[in-house]
Amino acid sequence: MTDAIPFSLSDNQGGDQSFPGSRPALICFVKEDCPTCNTVMPVLQQFYDHYHDQLDFLVVGQDQKGNELLIKNHSLTVPILDDSALKVSFAYELDIVPTLMLTNAAGDTQLRREGFVRKDWQQLPNEISEVIEGSTPPDLDWTALPEWRPGCGSLSVDPLIADRLRAEAENSPLRARRIEIATQDDEFEFMFDQGFSDGLPLVPPTPERVMRMLSGTERDPQEIIATMPPNMGEATVEKVAINCVMAGCKPDYLRVVIAAVEAACTDEFNIHGVMATTMGASPVMVVNGPIRHEIDMNMRLGALGQGNRANATIGRAFRLSVRNIGGAQPGGTERSTLGNPMKFTMCFAEWEERNPWTPLHVDRGFDAGDSVVSLFAMTSGPALIVDQTSRTADQLAGSFGLSMEAMQHRKAHNATDSILVVCPEHVDTLMRDNYTKKQIKSRIQEVTSVPFKDLVQDEISGVGIPRERLDQLPEEAQNRLVPKFASEDNIHIVVAGSDAGKFSGAFHGWAGGSIGSIPVSRKIEG
Amino acid sequence: MAVILDPTDERVPLERQLAPRTGEITGNVALLDISKPRGNVLIDQLESRLKERLPKVTFTRYAKPTFTKPAPADLRKEIRQNNGFVIEALAD
Repeated sequence: MTDAIPFSLSDNQGGDQSFPGSRPALICFVKEDCPTCNTVMPVLQQFYDHYHDQLDFLVVGQDQKGNELLIKNHSLTVPILDDSALKVSFAYELDIVPTLMLTNAAGDTQLRREGFVRKDWQQLPNEISEVIEGSTPPDLDWTALPEWRPGCGSLSVDPLIADRLRAEAENSPLRARRIEIATQDDEFEFMFDQGFSDGLPLVPPTPERVMRMLSGTERDPQEIIATMPPNMGEATVEKVAINCVMAGCKPDYLRVVIAAVEAACTDEFNIHGVMATTMGASPVMVVNGPIRHEIDMNMRLGALGQGNRANATIGRAFRLSVRNIGGAQPGGTERSTLGNPMKFTMCFAEWEERNPWTPLHVDRGFDAGDSVVSLFAMTSGPALIVDQTSRTADQLAGSFGLSMEAMQHRKAHNATDSILVVCPEHVDTLMRDNYTKKQIKSRIQEVTSVPFKDLVQDEISGVGIPRERLDQLPEEAQNRLVPKFASEDNIHIVVAGSDAGKFSGAFHGWAGGSIGSIPVSRKIEG
Repeated sequence: MAVILDPTDERVPLERQLAPRTGEITGNVALLDISKPRGNVLIDQLESRLKERLPKVTFTRYAKPTFTKPAPADLRKEIRQNNGFVIEALAD
């Protein structure tokens, strides 16, 4: 049985009443729009008339205007306490009103009942006599009352109110600094002024919204997920949840963003460099596994574009976290020359069911049933690969290679990673010849291979191998064929897009390998 | 009055004290190349000019493993312990 917790509330007669006092007490929580509460109000009044010299009466109403109506409609003289802030109701963990409690003089709970069961309430005088020696029962016509009435939901568990109450409670899990916005200030303008925004409006991260967001994970709100460069800020679950609220996420998305933060803040991914580079890189997030369906991610028509809340806000929440927790802000440590629109958001899911090969996360060592987010540092994309006429897999994969050859620069070989997003119609063309993922990658490497000497700096472009370095090499080394990518492992193939259209796409990578960023995948967990 | 929660890491930036300006350069000077293309060309030129002007000063070359990441802690410690000044060459 829940302990009776001390409290103090104002009553309708202008006084303050505190529990516990020096006498036994009858406590009853009510709200006006509950029919059962209205049934018990005359009973409480008659109990008050009979016992008020011996027993404290604490009838707690949950709605100020409702309290006035109860007093008027039932001609009450028993004081009604105002708990319209619902803090006492919340502290008492009420589910139902009316909830009746009897305590002894020491404040110990003797009974707690919900709703109205006539035979139980009829026993109340006997139970009162155990805490007030020699008390007699009041004269009530019990037969005029119904045998049983269920109670109603307490206002303190109303979904629209409960999150605020949890946020404001003494044991609230929230620790972030509370910022009060003056009434005359516009909260949206305020958040722009504080530098919290990526340039688009933000959802105000009120304590109740953050509480609701935290329901999306079982992790402790104060758990430190990662230390986030460049400021080495502590990314707690709560801080990430605040940024998720601002981005417009649903609570179910939080765990995806948490996994992305974990992936980004690794030495391999090097989020510091990804954000700081003048080259303009940005993380691209690919989601695999059952969670794609659980949170309604888009993997089909327009998967890489706008229009899906999960895709758009998960990517945005991650970027806002890097901005606000890590401190990577344009003009500060974010130094991109041009920037790119992926810096707002870039997150999509793979259409695994349309993929005849293994999905991305299985390629990267996870079980097919795992939900996984993979992060890639990309500088541009999706750069479209237009091929509506190839009818063989060799031709189409050849087109992939020719289109990807200019990535970063035509003479930049062994420099980067790429995500190749194959559209369904192109999948069908490839499968006409039963092409494997490995064959696609090999074909790309084959058609992009050029003699090393072709990568030399020349009068057309100053990019490439310095002439003096090339001249030091034996002829055999100069003629060695060099493919676009250092390894087939640097080509990451996923399937997405609508069933109509022969347009695949490739994301062009930033500096690859240990010199820059290595793709990182993390399992998404509760 | 609306209440929102702070989305930042809530840290107050440390105010760093500038080292005393003595008006002269003596002792050891670190020349740090961040390993971006042609950074070494700039540092070569700097080193050559500075050695002409400051013959009694010792210049030591250092390099970050990659320009994309902060200098490793050991490298920062070594530079700090052995030098009174550091010149860092940035990019391209």
